[in-house]
Amino acid sequence: MAFVQLLLFPGLAFLFVMGLAAEFVDRKLYARFQNRVGPPWFQPAADFVKLLSKENLIPDAADRPIFGLMPILAFASAVTAYFYVPTLRSNALFSFDGDLIVVLYFLTIPTLTFFLAGWYSRSAFSMIGAIRSMIQLFAYEVPLFLCLLAAALLADTWSVSGVASFYANHPPLILINLPGFAVSLMALLGKLEKVPFDIPEAETEIVAGSFTEYGGKSLAFFKAAINVEMVVAASLLAAIFLPFGFFANPILSAVVYIAKVFFIVFLIALARSVAARLRLDQMVVVCWKIFGTVSFGQIVLNLLVKGWVPR
Amino acid sequence: MTDRGEVKVRIGPQHPALKEPESFLISVRGEKITASTVKLGYNHRGIEKAMEERTYIQDLYLVERICGICSHSHSSCFVQAVEEIAQLAVPKRALYIRTLIGELERIHSHLLWLGVAGHEIGFDTLLMYTWRDREVVMDTLASLTGNRVNYGINTIGGVRRDLTPEKIEATLKAADILEERTKYYIDVAKEDSTLIGRLSNVGRLTHDQAVKFGTVGPTARASNVNEDVRRDDPYFAYPEVTFDVIVDKHEDVYGRTLVRVGELMQSYQIIRQILKNLPEGPITVKAPRRIPAGEAVSRYEAPRGEDMHFVKSDGTDKPERVKVRAPTLANVQAVSQMLQDGYLADLPIVVAAIDPCFSCTDRLIALRGTESGTMDWDTVRRRGIEWHRKKGLDFSLVNRRFEERVERSSKARLG
Repeated sequence: MAFVQLLLFPGLAFLFVMGLAAEFVDRKLYARFQNRVGPPWFQPAADFVKLLSKENLIPDAADRPIFGLMPILAFASAVTAYFYVPTLRSNALFSFDGDLIVVLYFLTIPTLTFFLAGWYSRSAFSMIGAIRSMIQLFAYEVPLFLCLLAAALLADTWSVSGVASFYANHPPLILINLPGFAVSLMALLGKLEKVPFDIPEAETEIVAGSFTEYGGKSLAFFKAAINVEMVVAASLLAAIFLPFGFFANPILSAVVYIAKVFFIVFLIALARSVAARLRLDQMVVVCWKIFGTVSFGQIVLNLLVKGWVPR
Repeated sequence: MTDRGEVKVRIGPQHPALKEPESFLISVRGEKITASTVKLGYNHRGIEKAMEERTYIQDLYLVERICGICSHSHSSCFVQAVEEIAQLAVPKRALYIRTLIGELERIHSHLLWLGVAGHEIGFDTLLMYTWRDREVVMDTLASLTGNRVNYGINTIGGVRRDLTPEKIEATLKAADILEERTKYYIDVAKEDSTLIGRLSNVGRLTHDQAVKFGTVGPTARASNVNEDVRRDDPYFAYPEVTFDVIVDKHEDVYGRTLVRVGELMQSYQIIRQILKNLPEGPITVKAPRRIPAGEAVSRYEAPRGEDMHFVKSDGTDKPERVKVRAPTLANVQAVSQMLQDGYLADLPIVVAAIDPCFSCTDRLIALRGTESGTMDWDTVRRRGIEWHRKKGLDFSLVNRRFEERVERSSKARLG
């Protein structure tokens, strides 16, 4: 039974389709915000299939094993993180106390693979992109972690499922975490390398950053990994900051869950259509000075509230 | 990578940020640019030479194709010089129509620039919006002249198409729509914090530097250099219209943005005045096929800055010499200064901020006193292969593999 769940629902197959759907929603909304028509619904799937059919070129200077391994690793770690994130019910497929940390680490691995992939591509653009990914990681990761941990502090548990259940039972407390939700959302843009934080793959500066040398199947898996990461991260934010609508009826729950994910994707599309790309130094300043302050404030606030919440 | 932690990045000749092939060799330490070399010369088309071999009428079409965006500027500038040599009294109505097309072209060019600037700083929404609105002016130009670019409206002694009352009406309406939209862009430029953050204090060029490098157009005016050929050396209908020369004190890319959106608003004013005071009369005078001997320099304020043409005629139907000084040639010198101590991330927008047109700028430079001669194709090819091999690029293995593959597949097809 667990094997079927891993493979189908809420596992690999569902997540992959969901990733394609999220990419479509993102691209379509982005296009509509820009007064464009946007792609048809099957475009992400068509892109994936097309990339799979292309020749896999590896530059002579690149490190072959790492170059080929990184897309798979990125995809695998993003998928693995999903099993600890509650979707339909407030309980995830697997959970233990402390799995919040594990999920966050699994979600960091794709960024590390971007770095290694760029570094071992051995081209100037890739290397600059790789370094930028790494610097950006240190900038957004701190506020993101702090905000998620602040929510966990109030819930007094380190498991995603536990946090979701706690807030599902205390709905008014969801409002306390709204600043944290806003900051996590912006940090998520950094994690997904989207405008205004698409610095590591800034097309007009460094072509495609880490992915400059990638093409064919490897690129397809990288793209899939980013899509999956978007869904997993959106689900994580939904579970922690929007933990409501867990119904007994699985279809109703599924509708609410998908709506929550698409809502977060909508916010992402909105953010990237109203902003220009920041420079790396500006990004670090924004993340540390503004987001960092807000997330520390969130922790203080949650600690204060914690004293008053009846257990 | 050198051992001092410097990385050399070659931007171009082919790069997503560049619309035309040119090459920048940038040394970066981290994200900071420590040195930059601009290399042009990928686009030389030999237009100046080609113009000497064609008649004046044929040259009109060639000169329009110097630039795809300020095509009317080059043809106006050229035709103005020729008319001065031939001492033609061009009818007023023709001058007004030329001015109208020139201002519409400025609108189209500045809106295009605003979109490109948005794209360079990752603000694609701005690109999509401005290019959507640019369609309005493109359609107007198409309905007035028959073409979206390369309007072909100028001829020696006048213009080739007249305005009808309906077209005047439609143009005024388009100007109203565009003015409304431009006000929105001015609001965006003045309020959007990411835009201001990305453009302020980037690509700095002080007033003195701007004068020293001889910059022209919006690039100079954004560095507080108060110059505009339309006002300083008025031509066509400009003596009879009133407008402000937009000058800005920011001395950076943000200033260049404000100058351009400000100029858009002035252009709408000029268009309204032109259409209101459009004189009646013929649109062309008969021009001689042979232009009398003489020479003239003509200045024209193109969207990117002052355009200058020198024409020398020898009494035949072909010019003896045509020299084009496109605005980019004046501005490109300042780019290295603007890039100095900047960030790699700002390179695209700094280069884009002069609104470069590299194919207008490329010139052939012949070095005297060095070895020169002709080479046949095989020698050039061998030299190229040798040159790349010395740099460590050897394609002989790839070529052999490719040939083997071709042979295999042809065998398979035959067998």
